[in-house]
Amino acid sequence: MSQDTPQSSSRRHFVSAAAAALAAGSLSRLAFADTSPAIGRITEPANGDKSAIRPFRVEVPEAQLVDMRRRIKATRWPDRETVPDESQGIQLAMIQTLAQYWSTGYDWRKCEARLNSYPQFITEIDGLDIHFLHIRSKHENAMPLIVTHGWPGSIIEQFKIIDPLVNPTAYGAPASDAFHLVIPSLPGYGFSARPTTTGWGPERTARAWVTLMKRLGYERFASQGGDLGGIVTNIMAKQAPPELIGIHVNFPAAVPAEILKSLAAGDPIPQGLSDEEKHAYDQLSANFKKKRGYAVEMGTRPQTLYGLADSPVALASWLLDHGDGYGQPAAALSAAVLGHPVNGHSAGALTRDDILDDITLYWITNTGVSASRFYWESHANFFLAADVNVPAAVSAFPGENYQAPKSWTEKAYHNLMYFNKPETGGHFAAWEEPIIFANEVRAGLRPLRA
Amino acid sequence: MYFSASSAPARRTLAAFVAASLGLTLATAFSSAYAVPTPDVLPATQHASVQDESIRPFAPVHVPQVAIDDLRRRIAATQWPEKETVADSSQGVQLETMQKLARYWATDYDWRKAEGALNALPQFVTTIDGVDIHFIHVRSKNPNALPLIINHGWPGSVLEQVKLIGPLTDPVAYGGKADDSFDVVIPSMPGYGFSGKPTTTGWGPEHMARAWAELMRRLGYQHYVAQGGDWGAFVVDQMGLQAPPGLLGIHTNMPATVPADIDEALRIGAPAPAGMSADEKRAYGQLAQTFKQVDYARLMGSRPQTLYGIDDSPVGLAAWLLDHNDANAQPAAAVAAALNRSASATGELTRDEVLDNITLYWLTNTGVSASRLYWEYKGGFFNAKGVKVPVAVSVFPGEQYQAPRSWTEKAYPHLIYYHQAEKGGHFAAWEQPTIFAQELRAAFRSLR
Repeated sequence: MSQDTPQSSSRRHFVSAAAAALAAGSLSRLAFADTSPAIGRITEPANGDKSAIRPFRVEVPEAQLVDMRRRIKATRWPDRETVPDESQGIQLAMIQTLAQYWSTGYDWRKCEARLNSYPQFITEIDGLDIHFLHIRSKHENAMPLIVTHGWPGSIIEQFKIIDPLVNPTAYGAPASDAFHLVIPSLPGYGFSARPTTTGWGPERTARAWVTLMKRLGYERFASQGGDLGGIVTNIMAKQAPPELIGIHVNFPAAVPAEILKSLAAGDPIPQGLSDEEKHAYDQLSANFKKKRGYAVEMGTRPQTLYGLADSPVALASWLLDHGDGYGQPAAALSAAVLGHPVNGHSAGALTRDDILDDITLYWITNTGVSASRFYWESHANFFLAADVNVPAAVSAFPGENYQAPKSWTEKAYHNLMYFNKPETGGHFAAWEEPIIFANEVRAGLRPLRA
Repeated sequence: MYFSASSAPARRTLAAFVAASLGLTLATAFSSAYAVPTPDVLPATQHASVQDESIRPFAPVHVPQVAIDDLRRRIAATQWPEKETVADSSQGVQLETMQKLARYWATDYDWRKAEGALNALPQFVTTIDGVDIHFIHVRSKNPNALPLIINHGWPGSVLEQVKLIGPLTDPVAYGGKADDSFDVVIPSMPGYGFSGKPTTTGWGPEHMARAWAELMRRLGYQHYVAQGGDWGAFVVDQMGLQAPPGLLGIHTNMPATVPADIDEALRIGAPAPAGMSADEKRAYGQLAQTFKQVDYARLMGSRPQTLYGIDDSPVGLAAWLLDHNDANAQPAAAVAAALNRSASATGELTRDEVLDNITLYWLTNTGVSASRLYWEYKGGFFNAKGVKVPVAVSVFPGEQYQAPRSWTEKAYPHLIYYHQAEKGGHFAAWEQPTIFAQELRAAFRSLR
């Protein structure tokens, strides 16, 4: 594994977060130029090679945080929803409570410090700067694993699984379960660059991840993902590069084509389904009818979502309104924000600060729209049986948008080496239940260790 | 009080304006900023009671300068996303379009002109089922004028219809005949413009249809007709279904005509069924395309409250309102063209008119409340609904779909008028007011 030792001086890395025009008033601000405030520092090699593995540190200017707090406090609110529940969207009281804390008590610097506590790098792949965390285990025979986050997440979703996976012996697991972890930011997400041309969908991303792993010197590795990370992982498995030894997904694409067809048509439950399959059908049906409006809008009109770039509260509510099997917003997200269980489900390890770390990352990198664009770039159905031949492990968490039945999963993943339904955990399983999640990844990928 | 009704002011409307004007002070008055801004600006005794059926004059609108300054400040301070990664509008409203519009909006655009034009019209408020309904009411000089209630849509407002008022109330001045005169009533839908924002559920098109019949009754109209496009078309269809005693007939420029089997084929995304005529095939293709361009509607139909960005960000609001399709493009080709039109001698849509409408949404803070109408509606969109009253239909070539006469005759068995207009699109009254007024005159002639 090689990491080019940077020889050279550093320069400000202009992650092109667009004009965070500070308190205006002056119309001369109407230049609308991309003023690209620096939000991190990248160490460039002497030869200027963009494909070098370039160390990166996050350094958000204080002025940007001040501006964010000012904007939150200046939020112009709509009226309260006309219902006593979340059936019209993120409730006003919830977002106002969160906004109040966000603009007063919340401290981004803690998250920044944690980010900077991990080795972070940027390397250009296929013309795009990709940011990633790279944490090597001390255990010699650790398995290289690339873990891909989803939407509305980021690498912050994976913080809590890093140590359990890299350092299993500290968590009661054997050294033989150790992983070398690579956790990239998707194109258009976090500190990865925002694509300026089309084509950066899951297929290209999957190929870039293989390039990344090889560039890091990993000739054999496994891949893990949930949400969009699950999509990228499935597609990587379909591409089946020789270096990929197996995958673990916690957002399996397992729905048979004929089932998906009746779901799309809004048909009642087809005949002959088992109880598990009926349950999954009901979950998917509710999801398709009511919970995917955000995804279809991002899939067709991401650029129209200007509010995500201009209004912190708009961004926060948009990111929060992702459902899980227990509610929309996801029970774990609501529970973390509200500080009490929602629909009988707790937040697990997820905290309000975790959620604000993630939202703030989107804000300071101005990636609300660029992240949405990933949906526009995604053409494969997220649920359709993946048809994967690479060895696969699947964890079907009970609070996932749908809990994939084993019967469907076996048909979608032809070489299913592991299938389990963990006791607890939802759509954001790594964030909510990191210990359970780490156990799943260890157990799921163990058959690949010869 | 910058504006109020003379006897019992529209409390919610005032509140919306106060909310807008608070923009600048929120940052310093944090604790109050998180209260829903509905300050009790008037003594309780002045509020209309539920039983009050009075028609109150709506005093001239005068938006406080601080609200306009705040709007400009916010536009100037917009944090922009990166440019779309395509060379067209296939990812949404393009950055250059928005930046160009924003630059003009924050500098040379003058809301006071729109305000002045509105204030030149007789406006009123009456409380129906607990919600203050704002409306423009212009009577013709002709005592035999036909009373007409015109209902706007989304992302529109009463401003869509303002250019119709002269031609409809005073046709002679516009080359028409005195016999074609209308008395015109143009309400703002609940949650839109200067009408109150519902605080409870239930204000869908069915409820509005009943409210409009009540409004016409209160105005003393024993016989009247109703007109609508977009959401207004849903409302007039509902009026047609409810068939209140005074309703003589309806005119729609977004007719709901799709036969049940065709509607089902569209729903499941099937290819065009066999045996259709050329007109029907074209309509099928247009509908299939439209259903790919209404994800904004799906979102507002399921999660309107989550759209905080359209109340907090002027550019967020403007882009959201602009991204409505017509048959030719998304955003609508006619609206995109208007953004490059600074003036029109023939009444065609201009950039100022587009901004007047957006600014009205902004100043009344009705982005989310207007969106909630989609959430309230559970029925079908373009499917034939079984309207039995006399119906007149104008099919504009740029409408989302051009309803074939064959479907229209079946959908509206009492079809008194069907005409394919030569020009105009989804926002026909706004785009082509002269043609639109001619359509209404011809459409309703047989009901006089």
